[in-house]
Amino acid sequence: MSTRLDTRFADLAREGRAGLVTYVMAGDPDRETARAILKALPGAGADVIEFGMPFTDPMADGPAIQAAGLRALSGGQTLKKTLEDIAWFRSGDQTTPIVLMGYYNPIYIYGVDRFLDDAKAAGIDGLIVVDLPPEEDAELCLPALKAGLNFIRLATPTTDDKRLPTVLTNTSGFVYYVSITGITGMATPNFDRTAEAVARIKRHTSLPVAVGFGVKNADHAAAVARGADAVVVGSALVDAVKASLDQDGKGSARTAQAVADIVGSLASGVRGARRAAE
Amino acid sequence: MNVPPKPNSYRTGPDDRGRFGIYGGRFVAETLMPLILDLEKAYAEARQDSAFAKEMTGYLTHYVGRPSPLYFAERLTDHFGGAKIYLKREELNHTGSHKVNNVLGQILLARRMGKKRIIAETGAGQHGVATATLCARFGLECVVYMGAVDVARQAPNVFRMKMLGAEVVPVQSGARTLKDAMNEALRDWVTNVGNTFYCIGTVAGPHPYPGMVRDFQSVIGDETRSQMHEAEGRLPDSLIACVGGGSNAIGLFHPFLDDPTVEIYGVEAAGHGLTKLHAASIAGGRAGVLHGNRTYLLMDDDGQIQEGHSISAGLDYPGIGPEHSWLNDIGRVKYLSATDDEAVAAFQLLSKIEGIIPALESAHALAKVADLAPTKPRDHLMVVNLSGRGDKDVPQVAEILGTKL
Repeated sequence: MSTRLDTRFADLAREGRAGLVTYVMAGDPDRETARAILKALPGAGADVIEFGMPFTDPMADGPAIQAAGLRALSGGQTLKKTLEDIAWFRSGDQTTPIVLMGYYNPIYIYGVDRFLDDAKAAGIDGLIVVDLPPEEDAELCLPALKAGLNFIRLATPTTDDKRLPTVLTNTSGFVYYVSITGITGMATPNFDRTAEAVARIKRHTSLPVAVGFGVKNADHAAAVARGADAVVVGSALVDAVKASLDQDGKGSARTAQAVADIVGSLASGVRGARRAAE
Repeated sequence: MNVPPKPNSYRTGPDDRGRFGIYGGRFVAETLMPLILDLEKAYAEARQDSAFAKEMTGYLTHYVGRPSPLYFAERLTDHFGGAKIYLKREELNHTGSHKVNNVLGQILLARRMGKKRIIAETGAGQHGVATATLCARFGLECVVYMGAVDVARQAPNVFRMKMLGAEVVPVQSGARTLKDAMNEALRDWVTNVGNTFYCIGTVAGPHPYPGMVRDFQSVIGDETRSQMHEAEGRLPDSLIACVGGGSNAIGLFHPFLDDPTVEIYGVEAAGHGLTKLHAASIAGGRAGVLHGNRTYLLMDDDGQIQEGHSISAGLDYPGIGPEHSWLNDIGRVKYLSATDDEAVAAFQLLSKIEGIIPALESAHALAKVADLAPTKPRDHLMVVNLSGRGDKDVPQVAEILGTKL
């Protein structure tokens, strides 16, 4: 079965360029603005959208994404609303793949079976759940695959050749390579080593490899795009949301545009990368 | 006096997936998984190695000061007029609490694994002080994460950690208490995976921590068993300990789980009351996933974690060790709760009547002794785990009692 993600990566391969995967947080800074951001992403150059599910205790995220999650929660965002936001987006866009990213507890409390039914109905294509390693596949990964959703796994610099097959076994859609050992939005990766890591992963799988963590601007994005199938950017977009807030900390008319502007810049970096390298 | 577990034992957990029933597991980011698997392997090897056990026993005896006494609290017994009450004196350990038992084990393990940098989280500061102490003893770099709120309310312990050479990092995220300190320690670990050992302070976190910390703390129950045998010629009839994450409690309970005549009680922090602000994860929470394990947690209907509240900074964690969750569900241990006010009353009572100032954490266990002991016959042998001393809490209790120091 070909999924939206498979189709999108096949298209990118045909175009001979890397994709841009953009991460934004559901409900940040408020639900209405977050929906406007979501809607603006494909036009601004996003090839795949990661939509963050806010959680109180995001143990692998840095300060920017932690703060975004708390903004969303204090505005009353819930997992149910996040799924509704995606259904709303889907009513106007049938082609851009959407991946939900977050932590397991809200899904566990929502109920795994009910969540998978609702996620599928809302038009979600894949899941990234940071605190579910392959050792816990029975919790959500296997039911998600059965339900026809992609389950995207993170591979990291600590995932050696011996462990990679374990990580890749039930992975689908793409592999998300975390370019640094660390939390989101902090260190800038060494791009030569990132390219080596992508090559190493590709020896184990035919899935596309997206690289993220620490990509902050168009130059970084271009550097990563030379060696990867896609570039993931999150904290930089979330920072743009924060920078656009008004004095009361509320989203403004400028917020969605501010995010679209930086996505446009990153997209031009990604799209120009292969040409620049030739 | 390690009694090997029998078939159908309550003592065989966790299973090879790190589960106690449905609880436990390994819910961590991929970056940490290879380390967790290394740790699991290193610990499995160490526990088979008699040299490790010998080294551990040596330091427990000569550095920590074990065995800790099992003290017959005669005046407390007379006061309640029921059960014969014994106190297991963990507050007499070096650094003033049971925390040092576990830290010693983990630091010796870290040394075996060649790790030079130790990180820890701390609430009240007892685990942080124990970790800083053993890092000083073995010349290891030590970084302790502590919620900024706890840094303010536990100033003496912060100063002690600094004296011992540790770096104390005040955590400003979330509610700035123990839960957030644990998040921050996990973030540090994810970032510094190569050289860093995460010394977790309680029987929670990803497998193998809950079982490993329990094993290190089981020295409490093992000693109690032989000491009670020496004092009374038989097993105790009941055991009581306070439960935050639950390491002192499981340490006392575990060696007795297969003795059906022994009643076992854990006491959670009821704060202002179970319908108000509290930290009673079992009484007021439900099963969820946080900090690497599935266990009872305080949370809202959307699975967002809520803050625990307790007068005691060591008990206000919104979760509990997974083995406790399982022991609750199967009914082997009965979990009660004590309010802030009950704990303060017990704090004062033990100070006045026995000349022992207990930690506010331990005072929660003592508060339920007040309920249970009078209902028991005079020949009922009750053991209360006095997990820590109350010096650190004196300024806070003075403030509550309206005394200016």
